Amino acid sequence: MGLTDEEYSLIVQGLGREPNLVELGMYAVMWSEHCSYKSSRNVLSYFGEYRKALEGEGLENAGVVDIGDGWGVVLKVESHNHPSAVEPYQGAATGVGGIIRDILSMGARPVALLNSLRFGPLQGALESERNRHLVEHVVEAIGGYGNCIGIPTVGGEVDFHPCYSGNPLVNAMCVGVVRLDSVATAAASGVGNPVLYLGSATGKDGIHGATFASDVLDEDSEQRRPNVQIGDPFAGKQLIEATLEALATGAVQSIQDMGAAGLTCSTTEMAAKGGVGMDVDLDKVPFRDQDTTAYEAMLSESQERMLAVAHRGREGEVLSLFRKWGACAEVVGEVTDTGRVRIFRHGRLEADLDPLPLAEDCPLAPRRAKEPEWFAASAAWRPPIGTGPSAEEALALLLMNPGVGSKRWVYEQYDRQVMAQTIAASGAAEAAVVAPRGTGLGLAISLDGNSRWVAADPYVGGTLAVAEAVRNVACTGARPLAATDGLNYGDPRDPEVYWAFERSVRGVADAAEALGTPVVSGNVSFYNETEEGAIRPTPMIGIVGVLQNPAEAVGSSWAAQDASLMLLGTWPEDEGQGLGASRYVEAILAKPGGRPCPTQWDAERRLVTALVEMAEARCLMASKDVSDGGLVVALAECAIGNMVGARIVLDCAPGAYCAESVLFGEFPGLVVVQTADPAQVSEIAHRAGVGAAAIGATETSGSRLEVVRDGETLLDSPVEPLRTAYEGTIPAFFLP
Amino acid sequence: MKFAVVRFPGSNCDEDALQGLRDAGHVAEYAWHENSDLSSFDAVWVPGGFSYGDYLRCGAIAARSPVMESVRAAAAAGAPVIGVCNGFQILCESGLLPGALVRNSATKFVCKDVWLRPEGVSEVWPVRAVGLIRIPIAHGEGRFVAHEEELRRLEGEGRVAFRYVDSHGERTPVSNPNGSVHDIAGIFNEGRNVLGMMPHPERATRPSLGSKDGLGLLRVLNQVQRT
Repeated sequence: MGLTDEEYSLIVQGLGREPNLVELGMYAVMWSEHCSYKSSRNVLSYFGEYRKALEGEGLENAGVVDIGDGWGVVLKVESHNHPSAVEPYQGAATGVGGIIRDILSMGARPVALLNSLRFGPLQGALESERNRHLVEHVVEAIGGYGNCIGIPTVGGEVDFHPCYSGNPLVNAMCVGVVRLDSVATAAASGVGNPVLYLGSATGKDGIHGATFASDVLDEDSEQRRPNVQIGDPFAGKQLIEATLEALATGAVQSIQDMGAAGLTCSTTEMAAKGGVGMDVDLDKVPFRDQDTTAYEAMLSESQERMLAVAHRGREGEVLSLFRKWGACAEVVGEVTDTGRVRIFRHGRLEADLDPLPLAEDCPLAPRRAKEPEWFAASAAWRPPIGTGPSAEEALALLLMNPGVGSKRWVYEQYDRQVMAQTIAASGAAEAAVVAPRGTGLGLAISLDGNSRWVAADPYVGGTLAVAEAVRNVACTGARPLAATDGLNYGDPRDPEVYWAFERSVRGVADAAEALGTPVVSGNVSFYNETEEGAIRPTPMIGIVGVLQNPAEAVGSSWAAQDASLMLLGTWPEDEGQGLGASRYVEAILAKPGGRPCPTQWDAERRLVTALVEMAEARCLMASKDVSDGGLVVALAECAIGNMVGARIVLDCAPGAYCAESVLFGEFPGLVVVQTADPAQVSEIAHRAGVGAAAIGATETSGSRLEVVRDGETLLDSPVEPLRTAYEGTIPAFFLP
Repeated sequence: MKFAVVRFPGSNCDEDALQGLRDAGHVAEYAWHENSDLSSFDAVWVPGGFSYGDYLRCGAIAARSPVMESVRAAAAAGAPVIGVCNGFQILCESGLLPGALVRNSATKFVCKDVWLRPEGVSEVWPVRAVGLIRIPIAHGEGRFVAHEEELRRLEGEGRVAFRYVDSHGERTPVSNPNGSVHDIAGIFNEGRNVLGMMPHPERATRPSLGSKDGLGLLRVLNQVQRT
């Protein structure tokens, strides 16, 4: 079951006897990596909020962020990598469902979904056919679940690298809104209060899903399909409406979703958090198969279920609301003063455990970190200059790269507008923007993670992931508020994997603190490796920001007008000329190496301030940051949206930087803005201490993208073929 | 006008419809699928979503729910009835509208903005007053099909309410997003009081949502009442 000998003897010692099979199963899932975070807790304490929560009132399902006017925002990202590897449709669908219920169990209405996906290459590699199959079904499933449950899928990202062949990453993020005085708790209390089972019936699916997620994928993993849960978005939709209506009655004392480890996790965690006992009679649980044993019942990860405690005498209100929505609802037990979780089946006591050690006392598994030998050497890397194709060709190739090219084929399969409050979704702005009804506010949301940078320099890569997501949110004009992280790594027992984990989490934590966006929730996924090796360290960072006037959110495509273009920020000094660990050296030169350009804390902070102020002054028509692929990829994307040409003059670029560096260098902290009022942009930038250089103008009469430096033409291309390259790549792999 | 917005388990555009109708100046209230009395309402909106999960044919189970008896009665009495997306599928399954909506020709769910040219003539739904409009679609099974005889009647009687076109109002091979026969996006029943359409006017009620063309469509009913 995945327990070590040491862990087993601890269990025996704690119990004062041998556990029976049901109890052992419960321990195995609760002490799995997936549920216990035993390899990561030490490192997660780098996050201030996490540390505070551990020392204070304990971890709730997701953090709540105050956005003013009595409203709170809840955000969380979660991985469903292993299930998606063996059963892409159900694996991805239940990942979406699970994160929605995490948000729901805080009492929040889910208002937006995003996802971050990683796959192996679509062509060339031996596994590319399998990879295309995974892409097709994961995307279909994310749509299938989100579209049906009626929450818009508004953003995210997709990238490809051979390290993800056989071990794709499927991270789903959900954002919800809640009145601050109505946040639900998961701490059970009130001896004699009834325990309610709500939602779909329990089946024999997903048994030991959490232990499956805590192991390396191998050739036998295909046999583990029965470990994968089955999603039912229709039941998920009923659960949302019924739960929110039930919470509004005040009859619910506490509630938690049944996610990983199902009934085991929800009963023990709710009891442990509340410092109470709980008796549960499994005979009252709605089963799909009546012959379900206590072992199966406690370990099933059937989806779309919640466990709640009602105030005694008011359970009838809750039950009838759930039944109105067509969901199962039964009283299955009660809160006791025994301090123990006791599980009964057919009148027999099947488990009798102290919930505290189960939920909170899993021993840490200290892991060793070792810096790989190549790392020190990579600092001396210098970019190979003058060895690439022409700038025009390189740009076209970059735009055709599936990681850079348009993801329209993906996001057009997602309902981005249900709820009728989507201001900007995938492709429209640097971050998604939704305006939840009743709040009067807009939420800008970004989910970003560049594993190429993290692999090359975990610490810097971790900081860049946060900085980029923060910058993207600020590009819309929103003030970034809080972060959630999806941390995806290989086997933590491998010291080099653990080194990358520790360094990158340190980077994420430092950046989150420096940029004022505390990490309020997150998820760790280890064992993302196959016999071919581990994935690149892949932290994915979700940032939420607030827009006072959502209708004024700034998009990323240039408006079809003659207007000024300006470059905000300062070119950092970098011996790698911004080309270290860049898409250009990896995909165009096929000579990967070097390290990414470090984050400039103060400059990033000032940039955010300036962008927010410019948006509030309504002097921005479009804004886009320089990121994957460099400045000229950003310019091309701005031009392609509305097919607007521009003449760009980059005399502001440092003279020491070569043409490739200026065009394709991935310098963090640079933002291209289109404005009709360059004087005001300059003035606000100046006041904020941010560089602002005039770099040319959009030209509605022209249809070319021309880049000039010091009188020399660096690049000159019509926009139309750039659009064809950008839009055409991914669909070509999936022709019907 | 006082609208009943029917709510099935699995409806997910019900609140959007309620808000959109109110934004357009109508009174709108929910009607639960188990209710059978809609007599206090002037008009009915059957919203989009995945009624009963759409685990059978889309709209097939909803078409047999108690509330649909009352929707049929309202339609027979000449009240304005509109079904959008899943609502259109439900109206077809109920027999209130001819034809059927099947899997998109490209087989994938598709969510994007489309241009619609209003064509049909109806006193209850004077859609031609709104002109060329841009509103979103979001469906996996929106390809309208009908028997040849049925199509002839729809076309001959001017009951094609909307057709998919390009931004210039022209029918082109790429302006049809789902392979619907004759580029049909919406139709009227024989009485021209029942309108079914796949695109979502309730999602296009403000410029910040990308378009307010949908609001114009919801407002055409006010013009009727005034005259």
